[in-house]
Amino acid sequence: MALDKPYLDVPGTIIFDAEQSRKGYWLNQFCTSLMKAENRERFKANERAYLDEWPMTEEQKQAVMARDLNWCMRLGGNIYFLARIGATDGKSFQQMAGSMTGMTEEEYRAMMLAGGRSVEGNRYLGEDGDAQPHRQPQGAAGKKAGA
Amino acid sequence: MAKITASVYTSHVPAIGAAMDLHKTHEDYWKPLFAGYDFSKQWMKDNKPDVVFLVYNDHATAFNLDLIPTFAIGTAAEFQPADEGWGPRPVPKVVGHPELASHIAQSVIQQDFDLTIVNKMEVDHGLTVPLSLMCGELDPVKDAWPVKVIPFAVNVVQYPVPSGKRCFALGQAIRKAVESFDEDLNVHIWGTGGMSHQLQGARAGLINREWDNQWLDQMINDPVACANTPHIDYVREAGSEGIELVMWLIARGAMADVNDGKVTGPLPKVTHRFYHVPASNTAVGHVILENA
Repeated sequence: MALDKPYLDVPGTIIFDAEQSRKGYWLNQFCTSLMKAENRERFKANERAYLDEWPMTEEQKQAVMARDLNWCMRLGGNIYFLARIGATDGKSFQQMAGSMTGMTEEEYRAMMLAGGRSVEGNRYLGEDGDAQPHRQPQGAAGKKAGA
Repeated sequence: MAKITASVYTSHVPAIGAAMDLHKTHEDYWKPLFAGYDFSKQWMKDNKPDVVFLVYNDHATAFNLDLIPTFAIGTAAEFQPADEGWGPRPVPKVVGHPELASHIAQSVIQQDFDLTIVNKMEVDHGLTVPLSLMCGELDPVKDAWPVKVIPFAVNVVQYPVPSGKRCFALGQAIRKAVESFDEDLNVHIWGTGGMSHQLQGARAGLINREWDNQWLDQMINDPVACANTPHIDYVREAGSEGIELVMWLIARGAMADVNDGKVTGPLPKVTHRFYHVPASNTAVGHVILENA
């Protein structure tokens, strides 16, 4: 019998459940290794060589090197683990979260200062809020893509 | 007899810790946030507990995917601030209370909550940011935290996290455990994390001011109903990381008005209540409740 997963219809959201965790085990454990300063140095010196020390899938390695956090999450990454990559790059949580929306850093920061993203239209897939799949990427990048 | 006299609730955003560590608290961005804790710092001085039972979540720091305990109690003599990737926060080491912690572990397990007992653990921003907010900036070497701390880590990283109902019941068991400790100790219980925030995906940056404040009203005035809020409501209304709020229900369940799963006594006094958007990606909520 299938597990109860009532969260699959929330737009722009991947819940890190047992299935995602299983898929992302080595990706997340690689991230954990970046909590040690010497590992951060080794990773920065040669990303590919460092990643090849881990039994991750090739796609997971590509997603890390591309710094595409949405891609990493689809492959089982969890944001608290992926944050170690951001920390290694000297990025804040706000920069990391913002990078997943397609907005520029300034656009995302301005949205937060204005009170954050509204939940209206963003509760269920199929509504028309700014986090819905048909409205990506957000910000100026989206306007350009739509033009 | 040891006694829980008050509960404190606060968000634990890492950027708040960074703002304090880098001395940015007087910048326009941060001023209104820290102003909301001026009262609390004075209150901590005037009502200093012997021990803080600090409910927080570990953010893939002490517990990575090798081990994911749902409820973990820190019974060590001390806990070092962890390197979360930016270097360890420059704050004093956290001093525990092994005797009370071990006593609570035994009592709570005997009340059918299967805790994981942790004798060695580093603590991350989830624990140290609330301490900094309530105790102010301290020198990592010359100063010490003014209270002993029992870290209590809850899994809110891998779904499913414990239900609000389970957390609320656990708070009641913790209060019984504390009250069966013979030494006269003044104990505060803190619930941390939240409020609305989402750190991932196209929906990152979600804030729900209206829902947060209704949830706060209910947490204070009708905690039994609040504890019945299903997980999916947190995810949908308060963002994927807003689910951290279940931890506040552990602290609320430990207040004196709650007995056998019901509110039977007078509601606690709301000593302080504060709400601010944003701190980085997050809506910050903060409440102090004292037993009536």
